Amino acid sequence: MNEKLPDSPDWTRREFLAGTSAALVVAAAAAGTLEAQTPGAAPAIAVDPAVPHSTIRLTVNGVARDVEVEDRWTLAELLRDRLGLTGTKIGCDRGECGACTVLVDDQPVYSCSNLAVWMDGRRVTTVEGLSNGGPLTPLQQAFVAHDAAQCGFCTSGQLMSATALLKRNPRPSAADVKAALAGNLCRCGNYNRYVDSVVAAGGGVRSSVGGDQ
Amino acid sequence: MKTFTNSNARDPQQAVKLARDAHAAGKAASFVAGGSDLLALVKERIIQPDVLINLRGLQNASEVTSSGGAVTIGAGISLDALSRHETIRTQFPALAEAAGSVATPQIRNVGTLGGNVAQRPWCWYYRNGFPCYKNGGNQCFSFAGENQFHAIFGGGPSYIVHPSDTAPALMALDATFRIVGPFGERTVSAKDFFVLPRQNAAQENVLGADDVLVSIQLPAAMAGARGRYHKVLDREAWTHAVVSAAVVLKMDGDVCRSARVVLGGVAPIPWRLPEVEQLLAGQRITDDLAVRAGAASIAGARALSKNAYKLPLTKGVVRRAILEARG
Ligand code: FES
Ligand code: FES
Repeated sequence: MNEKLPDSPDWTRREFLAGTSAALVVAAAAAGTLEAQTPGAAPAIAVDPAVPHSTIRLTVNGVARDVEVEDRWTLAELLRDRLGLTGTKIGCDRGECGACTVLVDDQPVYSCSNLAVWMDGRRVTTVEGLSNGGPLTPLQQAFVAHDAAQCGFCTSGQLMSATALLKRNPRPSAADVKAALAGNLCRCGNYNRYVDSVVAAGGGVRSSVGGDQ
Repeated sequence: MKTFTNSNARDPQQAVKLARDAHAAGKAASFVAGGSDLLALVKERIIQPDVLINLRGLQNASEVTSSGGAVTIGAGISLDALSRHETIRTQFPALAEAAGSVATPQIRNVGTLGGNVAQRPWCWYYRNGFPCYKNGGNQCFSFAGENQFHAIFGGGPSYIVHPSDTAPALMALDATFRIVGPFGERTVSAKDFFVLPRQNAAQENVLGADDVLVSIQLPAAMAGARGRYHKVLDREAWTHAVVSAAVVLKMDGDVCRSARVVLGGVAPIPWRLPEVEQLLAGQRITDDLAVRAGAASIAGARALSKNAYKLPLTKGVVRRAILEARG
């Protein structure tokens, strides 16, 4: 496989979609972004007025929003079912897989295990917010170059944890990456490629683990 | 998920009042801080609250304040912040290490010290809704069942193990717990905070239904002591201790003046080992002494049908934790 990062730092989403196994995830993510951030798009799910509900103000991918939420909604449910941001995945819904990882005030958290109503005043970043319709981030490009995604279901969560790591530690070692991704399971077992991608995105050399599996 | 009302509390007194009012109205109420454990319990219908009293907005809930070497830690501090806090890392390293060993980054970013101490057991019978002591029943299914991860000390009639990583470190540091309840404030020592099943099989600590754990104090006498939290897991990350040890050594040169050795993962409460502590006191911590301390650590332990492996494991964890604390 091609171990190099793409030469051009400004791959477009279209080139990315054409060229990678991560297409499924990112296609869903992209569609979600456009829909959700297009005025007039109908929310998939509305608040049941008979159920305890609240109005919160939060920022999602840089856009301030006032939203009505049922008190029992998780942040993952708000993002996916109400805002259409389906790049965030729900695997276990129990804080046991990491597929739902998003950033709240720049820190990775499980969106399945935080209530939406607790997000009042907070800043949420989802996978759709990483490139926000522009060129992929260097981390996303490294994921492409290293074939990090197999089925892709865990990929958005891995991206969010790794994004938070690189912000805190721009040149992480393989050990740093493993510690930072410890809360993200990959049922395809593609851990070595994920670690390699993040190390490479930080400008480091590939880790000693695993090679090509 | 079951429906419930989220009520944001501003201060502990208001939180207590919200809980009392809910209970007086015949509603089920739960306090929630990080929510990682609590929402899992709600989703599994182990608990079915009508009201969640949200402690995330309590003022000053995550402050760490020092006075004369003693430190008071707000129970709402995140485990991640606690593990990185300069004073805690340098003066009370066993607690910083314990906090940093919990679960995953995502859980440490929201999980709080108070929530980690007060989380419910992770016994698979309890979490799967079996009518055990912890679920309002009157038996412990692990005793004659799948007890690989259950207690070797202090069990009966329930054989759960206390799941917290920070709790053994807090006990080793002689921590005290400040609680606000319906009748005002009280402070409880670690020795009295955790309760054995033979005292009360339904719960793991003295917190009542309307009590809020507000802060935890570490005494000046423990500041600067050497410390280590050594945790063994059945995989490399994201789970509770199979066996762990918090060791705190107060040293005079290379002689140990006094020691605290507290185990996690082996008993329904953090399990202190006074005999091992006495063995270390007044001695040079040699490799040989650590081996003897390890051997002494399982005096009085009783394995269940499937967890005898915890006996040699405990010996090794105690030996290693002592040597690592010595440095
Ligand atoms: S869906 Fe949230 S951790 Fe698995
Ligand atoms: S790529 Fe399939 S779960 Fe990770």
